[in-house]
Amino acid sequence: MEGRLANMWRLTVNESKFVETALQSELRVDGRGLYDYRKLTIKFGKEYGSSEVQLGQTHVMGFVTAQLVQPYKDRPNEGSLSIFTEFSPMADPSFEPGRPGESAVELGRIIDRGLRESRAVDTESLCVLAGKMVWSVRIDLHILDNGGNLVDAANIAALAALVTFRRPDCTVGGENGQEVIIHPPEEREPLPLIIHHLPIAFTFGFFNKGNIVVMDPTYVEEAVMCGRMTVTVNANGDICAIQKPGEEGVSHSVILHCMRLASSRAAATTKIIREEVEAYNRERSLQKVKRHPTLAKSVVSGPTVVVKEEHRKSSDQEKAAEISREHVERLKLSSEELRSTKVEEVAASPTNFKGGPSKWDPYSEAMDVDSLKASLASKGDSVTKSSSKKTTNGSGNAEKDAEMSVEEVTGDLGKKDTVEATKQNDGEMTLKDAVKPKKKRKNKNN
Amino acid sequence: MEYVNPEGLRLDGRRFNEMRQIVAEVGVVSKADGSAVFEMGNTKVIAAVYGPREIQNKSLQKKNDHALVLCEYSMAQFSTGDRRRQKFDRRSTELSLVIRQTMEACILTELLPHSQIDIFLQVLQADGGTRSACINAATLALADAGIPMRDLAVSCSAGYLNSTPLLDLNYVEDSAGGTDVTVGILPKLDKVTLLQMDAKLPMETFETVFALASEGCKAIAERIREVLQENTKQLEYRRAA
Repeated sequence: MEGRLANMWRLTVNESKFVETALQSELRVDGRGLYDYRKLTIKFGKEYGSSEVQLGQTHVMGFVTAQLVQPYKDRPNEGSLSIFTEFSPMADPSFEPGRPGESAVELGRIIDRGLRESRAVDTESLCVLAGKMVWSVRIDLHILDNGGNLVDAANIAALAALVTFRRPDCTVGGENGQEVIIHPPEEREPLPLIIHHLPIAFTFGFFNKGNIVVMDPTYVEEAVMCGRMTVTVNANGDICAIQKPGEEGVSHSVILHCMRLASSRAAATTKIIREEVEAYNRERSLQKVKRHPTLAKSVVSGPTVVVKEEHRKSSDQEKAAEISREHVERLKLSSEELRSTKVEEVAASPTNFKGGPSKWDPYSEAMDVDSLKASLASKGDSVTKSSSKKTTNGSGNAEKDAEMSVEEVTGDLGKKDTVEATKQNDGEMTLKDAVKPKKKRKNKNN
Repeated sequence: MEYVNPEGLRLDGRRFNEMRQIVAEVGVVSKADGSAVFEMGNTKVIAAVYGPREIQNKSLQKKNDHALVLCEYSMAQFSTGDRRRQKFDRRSTELSLVIRQTMEACILTELLPHSQIDIFLQVLQADGGTRSACINAATLALADAGIPMRDLAVSCSAGYLNSTPLLDLNYVEDSAGGTDVTVGILPKLDKVTLLQMDAKLPMETFETVFALASEGCKAIAERIREVLQENTKQLEYRRAA
């Protein structure tokens, strides 16, 4: 890492001699074995596709976002995956803000090779309209603390973020089948990316002219070591990428030894990542978003996005609108703009009535029990449909069902608040939602 | 697409363990302390070495009693089929770092403290294997500049297509989606300095491809040695001792 003279931290001769001598007796300064990894913690954020990884002192955050773009000319059927690294100056005094330095670029490219060239992420499934619109997935890695071995930590952050990322569902429609309609998460469940395997990076440090090999070097060890190598493997025994960028020469046997070490550990690390992701997904599904049929659609044709909103009105809705308005004030929820605008629009000017199969329109926030019961009686068959679908909802919903008739709105509010803290659409979960017949759309583009 | 036909011939008529033709010339840039042109088939690279000279930017110096080695890799915009958009992109930055560290391993930097050695690499024609050609060209240029090295750094690439390990891939074979293993070794010491691989490979296949690339490196080392000896003979002749 280059840095201005004042920012450079140099290792003292004492320290480097100490580390080297200790290694010759197979002792590491922090007490680990030569091939032991530091403690790995993976956490996830509020948004889909955000992860936070801590490997000992090293702290990295990963964010995944996706956007519809035009594909590359030589690959009209494939989406793209790009990785951007940000070496924040708070991580290390020698990191400078602005353009990424050599090591930042190298880190990005190592992870990029591991993910893209080994076809871990299926790019063909990211194609929406061949030659015109594909999803471009962007991974941003922010280094928050450099405690050594940034590559491994950043790699795991990228993988964790990719596995938990959900992209909006979209369908091809419009007059000539050329328009792409993106469905917001309230309308259709967002889809995960198709990931074939998880390529995990393992970094080795070489000491003593390549005779001593160490895994997961710390910051101090990195300053002392004379060479390094990163091997990216997956749990199936494939080697996805290797990067040994020059520096000290090592013998063939040492290289093969390192690769075998990496292969043997791939399965364990993959398991850790998958377990964390499973736990997170389970937690997430307990706070599921309620699907609302055709509330708002974004129609994409070319680069500009036009958001159209359609209103549906029925006699119940007008009643619901009044009650909901006062409920909104009563509840005093921190309004997501969508919800508040919905209520206003519903009250203001209903334009199109989109007829269709009888659907309970959950446009308003809450209903009182009597009107609910009345509507229940009138929509007998739709309720039976919904009951079969209710089992697919999270357990939180089932709870609500049971308590519905007894509970006050304020009681519901308490639950709603906690739920709301984690997801922006949870405000939709009201007493009404428990009753409304849900038409859970299958996530298929047709 | 078939990259190796049933008789074992590749697209350009080579066999799986045959390298492309190597043409190397030393002393092409008159202003530089050392320079070389290295061609591997259609890949043509020119290297120029300036040094040892006074350090221009003291902040870059990390090791006090060692020479500072700087390397710049760039592809000429006319080197590829379509005109390249920018000369310095992320790939060039990474390759500059990688090649610099490879050469640093073989230069005896402790003999030239407080000095700077600049290696400039320019790809004139790119047809696969540019980083290998660059390392070989840099070695020749450094030898031409008289910079002490502990060994010749040589590099070669190999791949795996149609279930066959192939030595020295050209651009078409490289972009086929198979793996590309680039190996840089110090032949006399038998040590591996550079090792880069992309795309998936099972472990056993990797060992075969790795071994093939190392063999290729040794063959290139022989060739480079011949070129340097020929050059020395020429210098001696011109000196008319």
